[in-house]
Amino acid sequence: MIAPGTAHQGVRVGRGRTETRAGYRINLRGRTGRILADITGLAVFAVMAFPLYWMIATAFKPGRDILSLTPKWIPAPITLQNFQDAIERPFFFDDVKNSLFVVGGTVLISLALAFLAAVAVARFGFKGRTAFIILIIGVQMVPLNALIIPLYLMLDQVGQTDSLPGVIAVYLAVVLPFMIWTLRGFVANVPVELEEAAMIDGCTRVEAFLRVVFPLIGPGLVATAIFGFIAYVLLASPENQTLTVWLASFTTNHGPQWGPLMAAATLTGLPVVAFFLILQRWLAGGLTAGAVKG
Amino acid sequence: MGAAIAARNQGPALHRPRRRRFNHLPYALITPASLAIFGILAFPLGMLVYLSLQHYGLRELFLHQGTWVGLDNFRTILADPLFQQVVVRSLVFTVANVALTLILSTLIALLMLKVSRPIRTILMGGLVFVWATPVIVAIDIWQWMFDYEFGVINYLLTQIHAGNFIHHNWFDNPFQGFIVITVVVVWGAIPFVTITLFAALLQVPDDVLEAAEIDGAKPWQTFWNVTVPILKPIFLIVISLSTIWDFQVFNQVYVMLNQRPSSDYFVIAVYSYRESFGITQYGLGAAIAVVMVLILIVVTFFYVRQTLQTAEIGA
Repeated sequence: MIAPGTAHQGVRVGRGRTETRAGYRINLRGRTGRILADITGLAVFAVMAFPLYWMIATAFKPGRDILSLTPKWIPAPITLQNFQDAIERPFFFDDVKNSLFVVGGTVLISLALAFLAAVAVARFGFKGRTAFIILIIGVQMVPLNALIIPLYLMLDQVGQTDSLPGVIAVYLAVVLPFMIWTLRGFVANVPVELEEAAMIDGCTRVEAFLRVVFPLIGPGLVATAIFGFIAYVLLASPENQTLTVWLASFTTNHGPQWGPLMAAATLTGLPVVAFFLILQRWLAGGLTAGAVKG
Repeated sequence: MGAAIAARNQGPALHRPRRRRFNHLPYALITPASLAIFGILAFPLGMLVYLSLQHYGLRELFLHQGTWVGLDNFRTILADPLFQQVVVRSLVFTVANVALTLILSTLIALLMLKVSRPIRTILMGGLVFVWATPVIVAIDIWQWMFDYEFGVINYLLTQIHAGNFIHHNWFDNPFQGFIVITVVVVWGAIPFVTITLFAALLQVPDDVLEAAEIDGAKPWQTFWNVTVPILKPIFLIVISLSTIWDFQVFNQVYVMLNQRPSSDYFVIAVYSYRESFGITQYGLGAAIAVVMVLILIVVTFFYVRQTLQTAEIGA
């Protein structure tokens, strides 16, 4: 569905762009091309975002509207019952607190460490650089689940099983290689002018860098590997679990309770939304970073 | 941060990749990350290899003491017809998922260059939220959408006359089950790849594209002969990472099937987990994991080598 539209519009808009630059007004074909592109874009958005909409819509529906053979597209009447059910479950607030602690700790520490290493790999040539890159790629090939037992044995020796710092340490080691490698690509590819432009506007290099690169990696940091299955094993006692472990508790022997489960899933997404709201200044800058290139 | 500020004081030298003078700065920059990674993973990795050479069951776990069996675990696995099946299935699954992810993401990234600014922001916002959705949450959502009784997908497919999908259980048939799993994996993978490619596409200089167009190149030729070579380093990274991730897919199979996947659904990570935790043969599970890493090294060898070469030049 997406394919033909896109391949085909490349032509027209490409031309439209040239003409604008040359001082012509965008002609009819260019405009039609753009409208077609916009419609395709909205369709892609709809397909990608629908699951998230469906999660939120389901969370606000009363039970009889959820279990109906003809789906109700818009939740009306709205109920907060599902959210109440979710929050009243044991350990909800403990798990929220743990999640924020683990996510926050991992993101802050790994971001700082990965950033430094990425700059070294992307902008310096040094002896041992290739070895470092190979190790970073190699570490990612190790399946995390296979490390559960060895990690458990190790954390057991230092008395950190079932402890949040232990989990942060594990996540850190898991996220870092990916972050360094991704950041390396960005550092190498971010044109020096972009940094310089920001620096002329009065940012330091570090600040300029964070403003350009951070928006591109921020969401990935939150999502990648932080909410992992490994927590099932490493965090044994319920008050020490993170939210995603808690989510599994909604599946009973009679199957999942979709309403409360979707409400809980929505709540799990809230810290992420909060993260974006806090960073929205950076995000807005990053999303339009393309403007620099005109 | 101290080191980063020091980097700023180095001034223009930062942009010059290969410097003659010995410089301590890059070593200072990679030390903290290296310590964190290897400090935490070195022991478990060694332990994994060690376990793979042991008979290590539940009893041994309590005693913290396994029995040395040499390469027996590897012999057992390689002789197991189920294991061969699982490897082939994982490879096919990986190729299909990486290909789909790359094709769709490239198309969406190209589309994002063409759309008007508000649509671009909307599209980017959607991608970012999908990206930020935790895997477990994503699995729950798709499970609900593919629910055999009240799932919205069955309803829609029936409505558009794609067939009678009322009370259709997608997981009865492993092939259809893997279609659902592919949807979940690709849906989750598209944002990272798309945003990465889109950011890279913005770096392709306009004048080069215009020159190609003036020379009479068709858009497809321009894309293939101009854009793709410029984006090659990014494509290599994205292909390598996707291959590594898709070959290791675990949650999307294990959680999707309510933690009770039948052997028709075993991909290699699930199989390794099953051997370890299902029948508590940690030695066998570790051996499978080691084989898995070896396969990945072979499969990604070409891409990693290319990446290293471009990384050398493009530093």
